[in-house]
Amino acid sequence: MTTVVKVEEKLYVNRYLVDAGRPHIKVRPHETPSAALVALTHVCPAGCYSTNDRGQVEVAPDGCMECGTCRVLTADTGDVEWNYPRGGYGVLFKFG
Amino acid sequence: MNEERFDAIVVGAGPSGNAAAYTMAKAGLKVLQLERGEYPGSKNVQGAILYADALEKVIPDFREDAPLERHVIEQRIWMLDDTSYVGMHHRSENFNEERPNRYTIIRAQFDKWFSRRVREAGATLLCETTVTDLVRDLKGKVIGVRTDRGGAIVHADVVIMAEGVNGLVGQRAGLRPELKPEAVALAVKEMHFLPQEMIEQRFNLKGDEGVVIEIMGTVTDGMTGTAFIYTNKESLSVGIGCMVSDFAENETTPYALLEAFKNHPSVKPLLEGSEIKEYAAHLIPEGGYRHIPELFGDGWMIVGDAGHFVNAVHREGSNLAMTTGRVAAETVIRLKQLRSDFSKADLALYRKTLDESFVIKDMKKYKDIPNFLHGNAANVFGTYPRLINEAAQRWFRVDGVAKREKEREIIASFRKGRGLRGLIGDAFKLARAWR
Repeated sequence: MTTVVKVEEKLYVNRYLVDAGRPHIKVRPHETPSAALVALTHVCPAGCYSTNDRGQVEVAPDGCMECGTCRVLTADTGDVEWNYPRGGYGVLFKFG
Repeated sequence: MNEERFDAIVVGAGPSGNAAAYTMAKAGLKVLQLERGEYPGSKNVQGAILYADALEKVIPDFREDAPLERHVIEQRIWMLDDTSYVGMHHRSENFNEERPNRYTIIRAQFDKWFSRRVREAGATLLCETTVTDLVRDLKGKVIGVRTDRGGAIVHADVVIMAEGVNGLVGQRAGLRPELKPEAVALAVKEMHFLPQEMIEQRFNLKGDEGVVIEIMGTVTDGMTGTAFIYTNKESLSVGIGCMVSDFAENETTPYALLEAFKNHPSVKPLLEGSEIKEYAAHLIPEGGYRHIPELFGDGWMIVGDAGHFVNAVHREGSNLAMTTGRVAAETVIRLKQLRSDFSKADLALYRKTLDESFVIKDMKKYKDIPNFLHGNAANVFGTYPRLINEAAQRWFRVDGVAKREKEREIIASFRKGRGLRGLIGDAFKLARAWR
């Protein structure tokens, strides 16, 4: 599969109410990321996970669709702390 | 809010929670329903096909005002390779009936409608409220919930968890384990808008008739998964999903997979010129019977996706959600009449009723299918679709080759592609899992 797809363009049409300063997902500080954490950089359907220039995996959950995939994949390693956003915040599906 | 006590609290306002809340409220029980979204449906994602039977058993006259898109008169099943598909289609005028059997729906609109009926039946709904924990008495019996509204606590005789696939409330209360990556599928979906007449032309429809297409093959890149195209009135729901464990091992992204699917030569012309108005992602509990958690205990029950109620083979889920929600509610109503304390022993009636229904019977029938697919995905979703499409092409192409020679070539391609042992082994394993 060679097509380069920009997920930002997909997320652009969605509605969100971002809870500024209170991210509902956090990555546990680490030196070297686990395999599960690295996998999130391509598995997350909103592209929220990326690798920084020090090789660590970071999360920016503004475009998160609250599917839970990252929590399921890192349940064994405990790399990710995952909560639902506060009531009313987060993604607002118009069609679902 | 601390002072008020309810007969039942329902966590979540999707199909299972709404069916439960409606049934109990209709019977005169005092029901509180809590939903974390801004409105019911704002966090929910489905294909979506509505199976009328399950909803009829909750709201018999739902057709009068429910927002239904199209009734399904044609089911297509496609097996894709990179350039072709082999399809099985069933279309029937018999599906143009007074009370159609299946409809396409748009969940945000449908859930809003269902929720209005729940409130009209007398239940209290509180949106923008996330349940953070269960509250228990000294003996461990669940007696209420804690919410994120200043940590406010609400009490009830029984709590029904209709919280969806992630099941965080149940997990954090230690009532159920975390989902396993090999037991959940991640699906991504887009809403493609087109003029109504164009959809009717492209899919050979008139009026409110609809088509649904379920697709398997090389579009999932060797992973266990399927894709779909459903016709709504003025839009198409287009999506693809694969097991989370497979996505973790594959290098591709879910959105690249979706994009490649949309660009397949058999799919692209159907979507041409559409305007995309939403991109959604959601988990689907597809682990089957073996992944159903404990469904009841002292003061609590689990219904719907939270209970892993999805029949992946038949693409059924929302009907199982509404049925389990209704059965849980009827259990509460019955036990209330008997002045039960909603102990685990009494709530076992919920599980017993489900065991006797199609819900558990179907879940049990396909309990071995996930294991059959796990580890055999490359063949089921890659090798076979390729071989079948090649065979079809060889068979239909007229090129001066004798038919007997074509037959020989086709048989030889299967033996070469999968090996005789593989073919027999797969057939045997599938038959055993299907039985």
